[in-house]
Amino acid sequence: MLKKRIIPIQLLLNERLVKTRQFGAYRDVGDPVASSKVYNAQNADELVFLNINRSERHVEPLLSLLERVSAVSFMPLSLGGGITTFDAARRLITSGADKVVLNSAAYRDIGLIPRVADSFGSQAVVVGLDVRFDEKSAEYSLYSDCGRVAEMVGLDEHLERVTSLGAGEILVNSIDRDGTMQGYDIPLLKRVADAVRVPVIGCGGAGQYNHLKEAFLETRVSALACGSLFNFTDSNPIRAKAFLTNYGIPFKTV
Amino acid sequence: MGHRRRSIVGIANLEMGNLRSVGNAVDSFGYEHRFVDTADELESLTHLILPGVGSFHTAMRRVHERGLYEPIRSFVSSGRPLLGVCLGMQLLGSHGDEGEDTVGLGLIPGIVRKLDRTRVASIPHIGWNSVELSADHPLFAGVRDGADFYFVHSYHLSPETGESVVGVTDCGEPFVSAAAHENVVGFQFHPEKSQANGLRLLDNFCGWDGRC
Repeated sequence: MLKKRIIPIQLLLNERLVKTRQFGAYRDVGDPVASSKVYNAQNADELVFLNINRSERHVEPLLSLLERVSAVSFMPLSLGGGITTFDAARRLITSGADKVVLNSAAYRDIGLIPRVADSFGSQAVVVGLDVRFDEKSAEYSLYSDCGRVAEMVGLDEHLERVTSLGAGEILVNSIDRDGTMQGYDIPLLKRVADAVRVPVIGCGGAGQYNHLKEAFLETRVSALACGSLFNFTDSNPIRAKAFLTNYGIPFKTV
Repeated sequence: MGHRRRSIVGIANLEMGNLRSVGNAVDSFGYEHRFVDTADELESLTHLILPGVGSFHTAMRRVHERGLYEPIRSFVSSGRPLLGVCLGMQLLGSHGDEGEDTVGLGLIPGIVRKLDRTRVASIPHIGWNSVELSADHPLFAGVRDGADFYFVHSYHLSPETGESVVGVTDCGEPFVSAAAHENVVGFQFHPEKSQANGLRLLDNFCGWDGRC
């Protein structure tokens, strides 16, 4: 049986790990290589790194990080943030990334997803969605450029487009819940996971193990990403799984 | 750690995905790894790994472009161990029907097929899943039956005979996740991404003499 995954998500800014709140104010939370070593020892299922530097949108910082992380961490690595060209994606994948996360580029360059998927397989292409709930229209809205630019395309239409172009996985992040530790946006995760046939990683808002339980039991997500939960509390992937196993949620055994 | 036979492990570079992780894993056991681009580099190797993710057709085209088709088959005839990982396992098959029919290396007779959309909830099959062993194999020494490994794939190799089957995984559709024929082994999962269990398999491979 395919197991559910718990994925520590690590945000990078100028070679440091940070944690944001609603994509704004951030705190320094350590060194990415040291933390990856710890997550490897804790048998995390996978690691996601996103470069959130808004002034320099290029992949050099991710490449130098990969070199060091792939030597200490023998698990799947997904990297994103500032990937706008096929060459950037190719360099990351041939340097040790298993998947690249495309977000803003998925709105701007319609050809990028199929190019990466044709060369490296659709499983190597994760499309990231940054989503806010708009109270006025009572509808979810998509944002690019680290949450700064509102995109006009609707959620369902975008999902349909990126999956038909070859996206192999969706990472959906709630900007409203980011860093709040108030729980995942369950209706959002449900909507995205019900709309696509590819695996969905839910992100944004985990503050306690009950939030993971709720999201795994009430939605069809394949994986949940956690930032603050592991950064700011004594929680870790081992303890999270020990808790969730009591509710019949399957995880890999070591 | 006692004395180890000096293994020189080649990693075939088809420019199909992440090679570095496999190299890092080989290094971590104290063996030497070399990336292999041309046929003459095969000579000095004791072991060969065929890694990769992506398209069967593209990968086989690269094998031919680099003049590696017959040399890889001769490498196997010489008795030295060959391991195919993920797409690399699929390349061991006789042919693939991914879009267009493509002839494989034919080292483990069988066909490469797409997972059945009517049975598998999410394709690609991504994540940790258990491998149920159906036969003893020296590479699985020290790994328990049912251990979890990391998968990312949409296709799988379906061997012609049950004798090649070493392990089976169920993702809605049961498929062969580990297969072997003499000194050739294939894993559909990524041992280099599967932490302790996966590293054990790779370590066993790098120290294997190719006999069962």
